Amino acid sequence: MSLVDLFSVVAIGAGVFFFLAGTVGLLRFPDTLSRLHALTKADNLGLGLIALGLLPRAESTLGAFKLVAIWALVQLAGATTAQLVGRAVRRKGTAA
Amino acid sequence: MSVLQALDIGLGFLVFAVAAWTVFARGAFAATVGYVVYGLLLSLVWIRLFAVDVALTEAAIGSGVTGVLLIGAAARLRGSETAADEKSLSGLPRVFAAGLSLLVAMALAGVVLLFPDEGPSLAPQSMQHLPETGLGNPVTAVLIAYRAFDTMLEKVVLVLAVVGVWSLAADPHWGGAPGEARAERPEPTLAFLAQVLAPLGILVGIHIFWVGADEPGGAFQGGAILAAMWIIVMMARLTEAPSTSAFWLRLALIAGPLVFLIAGVGGAVFAGSFFAYPPGFAKPVILFIEAFMVLSIAVNLPMMVAGPPRREPKR
Amino acid sequence: MTSATLAGFVGAALVGLGLYGLIASHEPLRKILAFNVIGSGVFLVFGIVARKGASAGLPSDPVPQAMVITGIVVAFAASALAVALVLRLLDETGRVTLSPDAWTKPSGDGAEAE
Repeated sequence: MSLVDLFSVVAIGAGVFFFLAGTVGLLRFPDTLSRLHALTKADNLGLGLIALGLLPRAESTLGAFKLVAIWALVQLAGATTAQLVGRAVRRKGTAA
Repeated sequence: MSVLQALDIGLGFLVFAVAAWTVFARGAFAATVGYVVYGLLLSLVWIRLFAVDVALTEAAIGSGVTGVLLIGAAARLRGSETAADEKSLSGLPRVFAAGLSLLVAMALAGVVLLFPDEGPSLAPQSMQHLPETGLGNPVTAVLIAYRAFDTMLEKVVLVLAVVGVWSLAADPHWGGAPGEARAERPEPTLAFLAQVLAPLGILVGIHIFWVGADEPGGAFQGGAILAAMWIIVMMARLTEAPSTSAFWLRLALIAGPLVFLIAGVGGAVFAGSFFAYPPGFAKPVILFIEAFMVLSIAVNLPMMVAGPPRREPKR
Repeated sequence: MTSATLAGFVGAALVGLGLYGLIASHEPLRKILAFNVIGSGVFLVFGIVARKGASAGLPSDPVPQAMVITGIVVAFAASALAVALVLRLLDETGRVTLSPDAWTKPSGDGAEAE
């Protein structure tokens, strides 16, 4: 296995670990706000690591740029959704 | 068993489990969220079946726009008093329903097992005539060139659906606008998302439509992304839904099927038969039709999500 | 078992699941969800037909793929019309249910018997 492949495997493995950690947080934390916290932090980092691991395997520079753009868009969507869910929880209590 | 096979089996179980959650979940809202997740997982299954265009359409329309529609409906239904009326099916009818469902599923599985390994296929004919259409993506060629009449009728079905949705307005509201009025101070988070995402989304949508001629993509997927951008801007209350009696709205809705029909009739005049494209000139005609299809879809889907008019028309 | 046959089995299971949900739930929104599950199960069976038609250098027959794309769009249109009907029923009567007892029992606000 070449060095580039090893780098990809390590980065994607780390990303999967962070996703797993985020999911464990989602299942085990007591209330909505702390679950949101675990989910957004861990999932964004996990996706970033997976995108980093896939970068050497992209077929062209444009493909690599698209991977990074996907990560940025998911961060935007995730941040907005977390804000909106947090605001709804604060207004209506956890029965929202 | 190879890794890929194990992955397929795991994905199949996951899709079935999430669909079971959608059917058996406690509340309607939870079931709707489960449906959105189910649609996204289904896109992965379509990728495994090597049907990338279908995966894009399932993610954009099947899970995305349908998800917005259903979550909006579930949110509005949450406060209504359905709990008192609900008495779920019990006893013999439930057993009968379960037995019928099991029978249908097993019959369908039996049919799946009976499929020959190398089935009859229209792929050779599609590839054979692909150079004449000037396209590189055979699915786009099937949609716009070989089965153009079916696609035009599908656009007409979309227009009929919008007419059906609008006709559900109360009499005093006919001709008004659906949804809520434009907010004085739109919610900042949603407004930020709409202002950052909409220009990017429009670019991505047009790109996917344009690239669909040679690679996976096409008019439906691109149009669905453009529709999603308009839905986000309307949800952020940065703009309000147009009044249903607006002339430009009605023109945009019928532009797709109208241009399609004109191209078909023009084919009868210039190229010999209904929906024939002139040889050597096929790709420009196809892209011209697709552009108007994208416009129609981008206007049609948000209007169906917005629903019937709920305000009086402005005089 | 190839991935196509597995997808076909999953599709058959989804059709059964959706059919049970369609018959057994009383809330119209759950029925609409179950109807969509049935639809996507049928599309998966189409997908295996497409996959088994792989030839001429293509991994999957394009004609069933085009039919599934058309089907997804039309299923969305049907769902939109169904949701509009349900929401209109909500606006008119304040509650949404298909259970027959709810409409035929005499009630204080004079709801019409169906």
